[in-house]
Amino acid sequence: MTALVEVKGLDKAFGGVHAVEGVSFAVEAGQVYSVIGPNGAGKTTLFNLITGLYIPTKGEIRLNGESTARLEPNQLAERGMCRTFQQMQICMNMTAIENVMLGRHLQLKSNLFTTLFRLPSLRRDEESAHRRAAELMEYVGCGQYVGAEASAMSYGALKRLEIARALAAEPKVILLDEPAAGLNATETAALEDLIRKIADQGITVMLVEHDMKLVMGISDRLLVLDHGRVLAEGTPEEIRQNPDVIAAYLGG
Amino acid sequence: MMNRFMQSRLRGLIVLALILIILPAFLANSFHYELVTQMAILAATVVGLNLLVGYAGQISLGHAGFFGLGAYFSGIATGTYGWPSVPALLVGAILVAIIAWVVGRPILRLKGHYLSMATLAVGFIIAIILNNERDFTGGPDGMPVPALEVFGWELSAFGQYSLFGLTIEGFQAWYIFASVVLLVAVWFALNLIESPIGRALRSVHGSEVAASVVGVNTAKYKSLVFVISAIYASLMGGLYAHFQGFITPAVASFEFSILFITMVVLGGMGSTFGVILGAVVLKLLPQVLADFQELETVMFGLILMLTMIFMPKGLLPTLTAIVSRRMRKKAGGEA
Ligand SMILES: Nc1ncnc2c1ncn2[C@@H]1O[C@H](COP(=O)(O)OP(=O)(O)O)[C@@H](O)[C@H]1O
Ligand SMILES: [Mg+2]
Repeated sequence: MTALVEVKGLDKAFGGVHAVEGVSFAVEAGQVYSVIGPNGAGKTTLFNLITGLYIPTKGEIRLNGESTARLEPNQLAERGMCRTFQQMQICMNMTAIENVMLGRHLQLKSNLFTTLFRLPSLRRDEESAHRRAAELMEYVGCGQYVGAEASAMSYGALKRLEIARALAAEPKVILLDEPAAGLNATETAALEDLIRKIADQGITVMLVEHDMKLVMGISDRLLVLDHGRVLAEGTPEEIRQNPDVIAAYLGG
Repeated sequence: MMNRFMQSRLRGLIVLALILIILPAFLANSFHYELVTQMAILAATVVGLNLLVGYAGQISLGHAGFFGLGAYFSGIATGTYGWPSVPALLVGAILVAIIAWVVGRPILRLKGHYLSMATLAVGFIIAIILNNERDFTGGPDGMPVPALEVFGWELSAFGQYSLFGLTIEGFQAWYIFASVVLLVAVWFALNLIESPIGRALRSVHGSEVAASVVGVNTAKYKSLVFVISAIYASLMGGLYAHFQGFITPAVASFEFSILFITMVVLGGMGSTFGVILGAVVLKLLPQVLADFQELETVMFGLILMLTMIFMPKGLLPTLTAIVSRRMRKKAGGEA
């Protein structure tokens, strides 16, 4: 069986800075796969490479066996990859639910003709997209904002809204970059439940997170990055006992 | 929620229609009608431009170029070659759409000032061509344009028509026609905005990365909205030419492009009814301040700057916000 996401010898340099260097790993379908490491380790850069926002300096990424080298982010989305951002990317010029409906973009077939005349077929599609988006907002726990502008939402709710938007695209694999950052303990616990629910649906989850309790509890495997390089890779148990990790990162 | 939203969408259109119906009661003479008809044509143009600027967040400082191309294509096709008006308008729009697509693909990769400069250059080039191709366009002196002819029915500002048993003057007929055109232009724009395509356009403005990771081909949508706004400009340019009966390359000029952008910014970027108000205000202003004729462009530049600094959301959204705040305060006070 080929891995869902396979990374081989990946390199990304910004000028002289090697943000990611010689990174290889594989994520099997259905796993919760976490990437941890100190700030500046290259985690976000790795996610940006995988989702096609950055072009690798060297190395290869395969999604479902297909090389992603020439694919734009929107083409990767067509192949079932979606993500959230550490620096939240919400369209503040839209309502909350429109942000989630945007996630239905690939599911909604529309042409200019049905759009300009707002034909019944378009209205039906829009209504069902609206319903689905409302369900998803409920699902991720920001249902109370269904009628709100995105700009009126709290930080924690916006983070969930981003997840709802990604889920609306019906991804095979979802990448979450520090979803718990800035959340309090209760919100973090709720987030953990949410990630479990997502994984239980059969969606592969890739997670960058600093909260060790959350990461260790939820992950099938972990990748530890340090200065762009792989420090360790394995199950939570293996990582916990890895002497390099203990020395360098967990602080022994 | 959805229902309420759709109702509010159409409510704006209905209010606009009512205003257009009531307005003639305040119009005293043919000059007034002429002014309002021009307003309607320019308003429809900026409703289209607003799709690009206000909703998709992409600037164009050369849109008068497309307006001018539409105007001259209609003028030359009907005047020089004797085409009927409707095919001339449509073929002109198709040609402009192709030009906008070809030009838009590369320049819409640019952002901010670079995009401004590139669109500015497109406008300049078109204006220069219209100035220089004397054989076709009459050069800087301009050219006459025959009256609009819709399926064998000639619409001239100087004619007389009978409608539902009433005798109406040509300028009144033009007013009615331009009003219907504006309503249709607004209706299409509203339908476009409230659709998957419209969301994709707005997401390009809101967050291009967010759009791309959920599958929006942002380059494609930028080109699409550039083309749509150019089609609006071309069609309105063609109508403008027929209405005026005479055009000069000024319709494609930098000053005209700035006028369009100022209408959008002043009225309210991303507000379809706002930009109509912008068109009305900026068309009225020179009438009120007749003494400032030669300073017109300077004045528009000043308005543009002041609006961006003090009223970045634009006239209508700012006014609406003030009114709704007042009303909420009142409601709160009573409770
Ligand atoms: N677009 C960029 N341009 C230049 N340097 C960058 C860019 N993105 C990240 N870096 C650098 O790459 C390194 C890794 O950053 P990042 O991937 O954001 O780390 P992490 O997400 O693990 O905190 C940092 O040194 C950062 O400054
Ligand atoms: Mg990061």
